[in-house]
Amino acid sequence: MQPALAITDLTVAYHDKPVLWDVDLEVPASTLMAIVGPNGAGKTTLIKAALGLVRPAAGQTLFYGRPYREQRRLVGYVPQRGSVDWDFPTSVLDVVMMGRYGSLGWFRRPGKAERQHALAALEKVRMADFATRQISQLSGGQQQRVFLARALVQDAQIYFMDEPFQGVDAVTERAIIDLLRDLRANGKTVIVVHHDLQTVPEYFDQVCLINVRRIASGPVAEVFTEANLRATYGGRIAFLGHAEDDEATPSRTEGMLKGVAD
Amino acid sequence: MSSTMEVQLIAIVVAAACALPGVFLVLRRMAMMSDAISHTVLLGIVLGYFVTRDLASPLLFVGAVATGVLTVSLVEMLTRTNLIKEDAAIGLVFPVLFSIAVILISRYAGNVHLDTDAVLLGELAFAPFDRITWGWLDLPRALLIGSITLVLNLLLIVLLYKELKLATFDVGLAATLGFSPVLVHYGLMTVVSITAVGAFDAVGSILVVALMVAPPAAAYLLTDRLSRMLGLSVVIAVLSAVLGYWFARWFNVAIAGSMAMMTGVAFLLAFLFAPARGIVALGVRRSRQRWEFAQQMLTLHLLNHEGTAEADDECSRNHLSHHLRWQPRFAATVIRLAEQGGLIQCDGMRLMLTDQGRRLAQEASLR
Amino acid sequence: MELFADYTLRMVALGSAMLGIVSGVLGCFAVLRRQALLGDAMSHAALPGIVVAFLLTGQRDPLILMLGAAGSAWLAALLLMSVTRTTRVKEDSSLALILAVFFGTGLVLLSWLQQRPDAAQAGLRSFLFGQAAAMVARDVQVMVALGVPTLVLVALFWKQFKVLTFDPEYAASLGLPVRGLSVLLTSLIIVAIVLGLQTVGVVLMSAMLVAPAAAARQWTDRLGVMIVLAGLFGASAGVVGALISATARGLATGPTIVLCLGVLTLVSFLFAPNRGLIWRYTRQAVPQV
Repeated sequence: MQPALAITDLTVAYHDKPVLWDVDLEVPASTLMAIVGPNGAGKTTLIKAALGLVRPAAGQTLFYGRPYREQRRLVGYVPQRGSVDWDFPTSVLDVVMMGRYGSLGWFRRPGKAERQHALAALEKVRMADFATRQISQLSGGQQQRVFLARALVQDAQIYFMDEPFQGVDAVTERAIIDLLRDLRANGKTVIVVHHDLQTVPEYFDQVCLINVRRIASGPVAEVFTEANLRATYGGRIAFLGHAEDDEATPSRTEGMLKGVAD
Repeated sequence: MSSTMEVQLIAIVVAAACALPGVFLVLRRMAMMSDAISHTVLLGIVLGYFVTRDLASPLLFVGAVATGVLTVSLVEMLTRTNLIKEDAAIGLVFPVLFSIAVILISRYAGNVHLDTDAVLLGELAFAPFDRITWGWLDLPRALLIGSITLVLNLLLIVLLYKELKLATFDVGLAATLGFSPVLVHYGLMTVVSITAVGAFDAVGSILVVALMVAPPAAAYLLTDRLSRMLGLSVVIAVLSAVLGYWFARWFNVAIAGSMAMMTGVAFLLAFLFAPARGIVALGVRRSRQRWEFAQQMLTLHLLNHEGTAEADDECSRNHLSHHLRWQPRFAATVIRLAEQGGLIQCDGMRLMLTDQGRRLAQEASLR
Repeated sequence: MELFADYTLRMVALGSAMLGIVSGVLGCFAVLRRQALLGDAMSHAALPGIVVAFLLTGQRDPLILMLGAAGSAWLAALLLMSVTRTTRVKEDSSLALILAVFFGTGLVLLSWLQQRPDAAQAGLRSFLFGQAAAMVARDVQVMVALGVPTLVLVALFWKQFKVLTFDPEYAASLGLPVRGLSVLLTSLIIVAIVLGLQTVGVVLMSAMLVAPAAAARQWTDRLGVMIVLAGLFGASAGVVGALISATARGLATGPTIVLCLGVLTLVSFLFAPNRGLIWRYTRQAVPQV
């Protein structure tokens, strides 16, 4: 089956400092993939380069076999929550409707259909009661769910999410997990920048370990090993368990990964 | 001393006095505060005049400095209420205070030696006529005030050099060592206000901004050391002032305006031609880096696919531009450069790393 | 209503209202995009353009002077962008630098112009602090001809400007031409600036952008309402200030309008429901049950 996303030989550099070095990555359709790596590993850059927000020095990205320009409608994006000013004078519903702006065409205003769409998406992330709220009145988790709803109304096939679990409450975390599974059940593909190594095996089927270069990627069961994690995090990882051989199974690895450095 | 000489001396002293605190404004990212302060000190002068009815009273000076510092704290107070962001707070506070001053002048002090043109431009040409005589001393008042400001600024910087440096580059460390950031901040703002008031009379508010920001910004492109940046800023400011004066003489135009223009020329020269950071040097370096980086990318690509099943395809001369998304001409040049540099060998269509190329790729991958 | 019977005053009121609406509306975007100080730099930078336009054409036609002003404001914005992008000089320094250097250059050109004998140049000084009383029908015509299309463009690109201001990166991911839209929005802000040159003057024009938006923001949490309010605030302060200045002796228009705006903003900061300081204070003092 054709992969939902295929990145080949992707290099992104800031002048002569590589942020991503010759990265290859394939994401099979209808899977949930975590992108994992230490700070400064290029996780966010990987997403932004795939979305055409950052210009790569080399390499290409294909969505279902075709470049982003042609497939834009298939792609939804959930940026980091902290990237915007939440004191902006607008309502929750308004933010969610922004997800429709791309498909609305240049001069059409969002109408009744867009409203319904947005309300349905808010329902899905359990935020329907907040539709008319000003966005500055939301908690961190609620802000995150608004961003998710905004991506949902894009009706995309592939979603990119930049650290959706960062600093959210338990309710939001639960809601996001349910949403991810729901998306997968509907044949969507979700690529998530993720920080919490412990939850990787529970939440995701695929994982990509990067640190400027791609260390490994594939099904969690095969790839999420101590050896690969060591290669990714270098000395920055704190293995609390006793020394394990390289064939540590994912479930055992999971048990060892407490107090992982951010 | 001829009045030409005196005007130049005043300009030199004021330029040096402004450039010194300007360095810290530029480094601490508060350059726009100089704009706000240099405008609002006018309100202090006007209010001081209404109280004393005497333009020579030292109270005017005190009032003006106080208004400058007040502007800063007003901006901070407004920002802290979260009603508006800092840039809007600056853009709101100083026009309002300045407007009050301008209206007060035009309404109630129209007949006095205070008018709105002088506020913007100063009256450097007339400065030698306003003299202070004290025993054997007979100096233009602006020269005396400017010199006092300069000496004060020099003294402060010499005495507090270490502290200022620390507080500018490492606020956290400075705070743990006991230098209150608030104190340093307000100390600097007081110095800026004093300097602005001292210079204001002679050169007007616009030149104060130009002298405080442009020479330090130019120096910032020329050096990495704080001490050199201070020295260079003073040199650039003084040169701009003198050149500006002669430019104004030759073309018979506004002196303060042409000095401001010269600081702009000085910055433009640094912007274009600074040895390491000017855009000419930058352009040369970037283009070299681009080719070097492309060669590294090529070796790394070859290394990654060496001995893999798809190597024949990935490492083919013809397919390279396709895989890396490079323009064919660009790819051809990179291959040629890498070959010349002994990084790769060509075996027909197939590209192969040399030992040197492999080492480079391995080094690159470790970065 | 005897006031409006006077031809000059009618022109002044019309022109100032147009200016107030346009700068209030565009000011909202400038403030929300944190470009308040860019507005300040660009309006100061307009001065040399005015003088150069006059020098080249020898005419005082408002359209020509405004074109010159817009040209040099754009040049300033471009220079600013290239300095902050390519060097380590930070935005605040580049702003202050460009503001002072452009304005200084403008003053040099003005003083050079004053040596010339022709009488036409006499009024150019009024561009510093504005002189509403000098407004004639032709000025108002040009202001309307520039202001109305500007407002229409804002309405047309409403949703694009909104998402661009709130979350530019997301806007790019939706496929919107973010760079082109930014250029358009900046150009419209420059139009607002040049409209105010004659009435408010280059020195204080930035307040005309910032103050109505800052005041309007306190009364509402919706961008649409904020923009309408800012337009209203800008227009009323503009008209009141311009009329006071045109009827009173020796009051430059710019400072008078800015003072009206200052009062309006202060009232908004204090008394606006929900966000206002007094509201906040009383809510803290009286614990809610």
